[in-house]
Amino acid sequence: MSNVFIAFQVNEESRPVVDAILADNPNATAVYSPGLVKIDAPNSLVIKRESIEEQLGQRYDLQQMQVNLVTLSGHIDEDDDQFTLSWNH
Amino acid sequence: MTVDLQAREIQPLRNTFSHVARYVGDDKPATRYQEATFGAQATSNFHYRPTWDPEYELFDASRSKVVLADWYVLKDPRQFYYGTWTMARARQQDAMESSYQFVESRDLINKMPDDLRDKVCQVIIPLRHVAWGGNMNNCMIAAYGYGTAFTAPASLHAMDELGVAQYITRLGLALDEPSVLDAGKEAWLKAPQWQALRHLVEDSFVVRDPFEIFVAQNLAIDGLLYPLIFGHFIDDHVALNGGTAVSMLSAFMVEWHEESNRWVDAVVKTAAAESEANKTLINEWTHAWSKRMHDALVPIAQMALGDKGASTLEDVFTQFQARCKKLGLSA
Repeated sequence: MSNVFIAFQVNEESRPVVDAILADNPNATAVYSPGLVKIDAPNSLVIKRESIEEQLGQRYDLQQMQVNLVTLSGHIDEDDDQFTLSWNH
Repeated sequence: MTVDLQAREIQPLRNTFSHVARYVGDDKPATRYQEATFGAQATSNFHYRPTWDPEYELFDASRSKVVLADWYVLKDPRQFYYGTWTMARARQQDAMESSYQFVESRDLINKMPDDLRDKVCQVIIPLRHVAWGGNMNNCMIAAYGYGTAFTAPASLHAMDELGVAQYITRLGLALDEPSVLDAGKEAWLKAPQWQALRHLVEDSFVVRDPFEIFVAQNLAIDGLLYPLIFGHFIDDHVALNGGTAVSMLSAFMVEWHEESNRWVDAVVKTAAAESEANKTLINEWTHAWSKRMHDALVPIAQMALGDKGASTLEDVFTQFQARCKKLGLSA
């Protein structure tokens, strides 16, 4: 088992994304360091547009997340509704 | 010489203001919406009662017959405060500008049949005055209502209503000569089809209860008008008969109505759920105002959709009642 992770800048725009990830992935843990939040999760991590919209109360395009995205690891499976990180090997 | 750079983490002592923390806790930073909303209502030390209305304090929850233990329960699901609201509207304005550019550059208005264009002007232009009424009424809610969670979105909503009035004006100017606006006002003041609606809008101006006017304007008046006019008339009837351009130029109204309904529904649902007394009151208001609005729309539906007008209006009314039922009302 290995971890995937994704890291965002800590700001108003990324907060609903982080909250949505933590709500959707019970095994994920967020580590805050100055200016940065890194979310680790064993094996896979999913980001759902719907959950972010719920947090935000407004429509959200998953690509908006790229603005605050710092780094990630894992293979990406992405469409309009979700963004999944996992290891495919 | 080597310079050793180290990041040092400084933990903030508090995550938010204490008046916000009272509502959301201090375990994590509050959102901008929460900070702009919770605890912002002035509640005490008013010293003097207003000379123009000495029965009440300057800000007084008892101006409404609806009783809530805490008016901050009326949260806006869109989480609008000035910042998010202006950004959302700016995006929509950009979209509208490009629609106008598209329609104008291809001269789509002149490709519409003349009688259809006249019909659109006849039905849509007087609605500027209805939208302006919506602006007045939401200003009233913002001024005399209680609790920032309730009054702040109302003032944004008031500006939105004004925006709709402006979009209708602009649509009129795109469709015809500026005199079309005067003709619309004449019709609003004198044409028999509009008098019931005008009477209704003008009666709404003298309602003194901010929550009643919320129900009347945002739930009943707009809740019936928008689906009928911008849904059935523009998007179905006009668009199918060669007026797609009009549909493009009124896209904001449809989008905005759908979006702001989420706020209206949340407010009504929460207030009605708090007590039986509230529910009874809101029910009565919804029933009375939607009935009147329905009757006022009969001649307008007839004018807009002809023979199909009456049955379309009944459909709209049935859907409205289903919406009210979902909110816990029995209208």
